[in-house]
Amino acid sequence: MDILFSISSALFLLIGSFLCISGGVGILKFPDFYSRMHAVGVTETLATAMILIGLMLQNPDALVVLKLILILLLTLFISPTASHALAKAAIQNNLKPKLDKRDNNGKVASSNR
Amino acid sequence: MKDLLSVIMLAGIYGLLSASFFVAMDAVDVAFTEAAVGAGISTLLMLVAITMTGHKEHHSRHKPLLALAVVMVTGGLLIYGTYDMPSYGSSLAPIHMQVAPRYINDSMQEIGVPNIVTSVLASYRAFDTFGEVVVIFTAGIGVLALLSVVYRPKDIAKIHSINESMHEQHLILRIVSKILIPFILLFALYVQFHGDFGPGGGFQAGVIFAAAIILYAMVFGLSTARRVINKSFIKLLAATGVLLYGSVGVVSFLGDKNFLDYSILSADPIAGQHLGILLIELGVGITVTSVMVIIFFSFAGRKEFSQDRRKRTRENDTS
Repeated sequence: MDILFSISSALFLLIGSFLCISGGVGILKFPDFYSRMHAVGVTETLATAMILIGLMLQNPDALVVLKLILILLLTLFISPTASHALAKAAIQNNLKPKLDKRDNNGKVASSNR
Repeated sequence: MKDLLSVIMLAGIYGLLSASFFVAMDAVDVAFTEAAVGAGISTLLMLVAITMTGHKEHHSRHKPLLALAVVMVTGGLLIYGTYDMPSYGSSLAPIHMQVAPRYINDSMQEIGVPNIVTSVLASYRAFDTFGEVVVIFTAGIGVLALLSVVYRPKDIAKIHSINESMHEQHLILRIVSKILIPFILLFALYVQFHGDFGPGGGFQAGVIFAAAIILYAMVFGLSTARRVINKSFIKLLAATGVLLYGSVGVVSFLGDKNFLDYSILSADPIAGQHLGILLIELGVGITVTSVMVIIFFSFAGRKEFSQDRRKRTRENDTS
């Protein structure tokens, strides 16, 4: 039973760390504000959840698990709201997203070129 | 760096990082304070301040070389000074030879509080803490003296309509913060009254409580928050906290003990210590909360006042 807990915990922690790193790569590589924010905002929520679940499995003690669940709930509320507020503030300050200059069929629109 | 906004953000990040290295050095109380004050509320207050002053740093006319030289010399002297200090972690350092063993060995018998940091802060060094509370109170008075405006919005109906339109704009923010604010307040109370047993205490609790109120004011508008929090009442509260702290000291004076010696407060000295720590932490919490709220309201109210005045003069010019 113990080894099951530690293996699954390690798995969760690994997935969480991978998601964190992919969010970090996204924030460096993506072209404009919105896609960068999207990269971090989406992965971070899941990554935090994964890491917290991994930590819960590390120490299945009722009080610790309860505290971690509270932190998890808080992050699930706060992190998407923060991303939302950030994107909204950017829109209101007239930051235009960098759009691909192709239409839906994959052709480059001629008017802009 | 010329953009003050990013300077403030960097300061906040620095606060969070130093909180994490305090955790790594096992100073959980300090880390908690640093996270709440350094990364949380001071960043927020600085942000409110730059809404009044503007985002850009003014172009400086003087040469920075002299300042650089002064900083280099001071830094060099400080590094030279560290050579006189005992090596890091040495058990023979003076700090480990004088009062620290007494705190660690005897505080459980003398104070009876499991968290040694709280017993040092609130009982052995209560006079220092009293000074800190007075400093915070003085800061609140200073901000009030400089920025307080007697401002009554003329038309409540217009403000109401502005708030209504904001309600549609910030729907998600409002709903989420409505859900979260009760828990933040509850957590602040937990930190306040659990400070004897775990990390926490009046300073952190006060800051968290104030953060909840400031969040409410930011999301729901200043005038809505003013309806909940009466300005004169919160000024009274700020003074009450300091007064509570000081009067605990005076009570121990009257009982022929030293200032802020709580063992007089109850027949059993340890129960007296508990009661005293609880009371002064409450005083600290009340003062910190109300001073933070006063500072935020003064800054934000001043901003609102200047906006309103500008709008009014523009209307007068056109008519």
